[in-house]
Amino acid sequence: MKKAYSRKFLLVVLLMLISASTVFAAEGNGIDSGATAWMLTSTALVLLMIPGLAMFYGGLVRTKNVLGTMMHSFAAMGVMSVLWIIVGYSMCFGPNVLGGWFGWKKEYLLLSGIDDVIMGSGVPEYVFSMFQGKFAIITPALIAGAFAERVTFRGYLLFIALWGLLVYNPLCHWVWASDGFLYNMGAAGAIDFAGGTVVHISAGVSGLVAALYLGARRGYPNTSMPPSNLVMTMIGAGLLWVGWFGFNAGSSISSGLATAQALTATQTAAASGALVWLIIEGIHQGKSTALGFASGILAGLVAVTPAAGVVQPAGALALGASASIICYLAIILKNKLGYDDSLDAFGVHGVGGIVGAILLTFFIRDSWMANAASAAGGWTILQQLGVQAAAVSIAIVYAAVLTFILLIIVNKTLGLRAPADKESAGLDSAFHGEHGYGMLNLS
Amino acid sequence: MKLITAIIQEDALDAVRQALIEAEITRITVSRVSGHGRQVDEEIYRGQKIIPNLLPKIRLDIAVNEAFVDITVDTIIKSARSAGGGKIGDGKIFITPLEECIRIRTNERGGEAI
Repeated sequence: MKKAYSRKFLLVVLLMLISASTVFAAEGNGIDSGATAWMLTSTALVLLMIPGLAMFYGGLVRTKNVLGTMMHSFAAMGVMSVLWIIVGYSMCFGPNVLGGWFGWKKEYLLLSGIDDVIMGSGVPEYVFSMFQGKFAIITPALIAGAFAERVTFRGYLLFIALWGLLVYNPLCHWVWASDGFLYNMGAAGAIDFAGGTVVHISAGVSGLVAALYLGARRGYPNTSMPPSNLVMTMIGAGLLWVGWFGFNAGSSISSGLATAQALTATQTAAASGALVWLIIEGIHQGKSTALGFASGILAGLVAVTPAAGVVQPAGALALGASASIICYLAIILKNKLGYDDSLDAFGVHGVGGIVGAILLTFFIRDSWMANAASAAGGWTILQQLGVQAAAVSIAIVYAAVLTFILLIIVNKTLGLRAPADKESAGLDSAFHGEHGYGMLNLS
Repeated sequence: MKLITAIIQEDALDAVRQALIEAEITRITVSRVSGHGRQVDEEIYRGQKIIPNLLPKIRLDIAVNEAFVDITVDTIIKSARSAGGGKIGDGKIFITPLEECIRIRTNERGGEAI
């Protein structure tokens, strides 16, 4: 059971071991209905995060861009889901090809070969594939926060399609496929329970590169750019918190002890992140803001994402608090440096992901370290720290370089940066022919 | 004293505000208004093109002493006119005589209070 608590994608053999110690209601054909029911729920919960993200981001932009910004999240549900069915699942979870750059398996194309497959975990492979597909949707949608209010719609669609294929799928394969090289690094692999490197670091770093490449919004930072609707942002943050239980606790691909551990760590880190952000703001600004609380929720959740499988509640408290402190400093630094990561995709997701993936090393539960040590014949926290640092660096460098190339390609062909007149008219009317708040514009 | 009322395009607000600040005219009231002039706009609703009969506009109200009337008006015209010689919908400026101006805090009256 050495990898049972740390792995998203469990091997058949390991799953047999787990299921041997788990009481569950088995159906005749090998389906674990308990695990399947929870994975179905988790899949729906992760999907709920995407409209949540749309509301979170939509509320933060100016009135004229609210629909265009929400469409960045919603359109990802369309583009990434279709790509996932066609090749995404194959590229992520097929066996190594091209020296392990990504996976490939003919039976996974159009999901044609998994129609009646029940995985070793007792979960139909359709459920696993759909669950994983939701992660492929939210990751590019997160990037949109970095270049909000200034990209063309069709350029964005092309960008996320290419980014999903060439950045997300390979990273996902390296970290979560059983033959991925980061999955097998060190004694028991690089720890990324639910997507610290794959989702948050990759999206955050790509967002930073995009914000730098595309340049700031017109008028930034002199013109005030007030949020259109912080109430909607708060609702979105709430939906993200709820959905994150599927994101993290679902990543155990089971319904048992590992699920409970991940769920507890998730709640703990979110609460501690939110509370610490409030306190910092209260001390630093004299007032604690609603947006600050929402940002703290996200910072805590992002930091615990890679760690949810290996840390105990005390560790989760520390991770959430550290993430809020460091993300808060990162946003202050951003304002000093003057680049326009509009909705802090890098400041919260990139930085929070890095904090979580590195600091989790110091809070790993003893049983995990003992298993790693027995597998490798001795394993220390410092050695695991090296593995974590290597995985984080690889994710940063790969995402940054590929994103930069894709940005150039998209910007030179369809055009990604919106023309000046369209940007000042607003994405809603320029690209969608609509107005988000109709005649009720009050801000 | 004059009251200058300008109706401008929504997306011109940032530019106008910036230009006015540079011309040292900072005391200003801004409101979101709806209206209809000569401009027609198009929106799309479930595949149908629709023409909203009232368009969103921005209204600026600026009370100035006589010496500032021209610079204020020129600044607004320069910054609110669309690129390429302007287009229908760029808005209008109304100038009305202002009988009195009172600062509530001090009860100052007239040009001093502006």
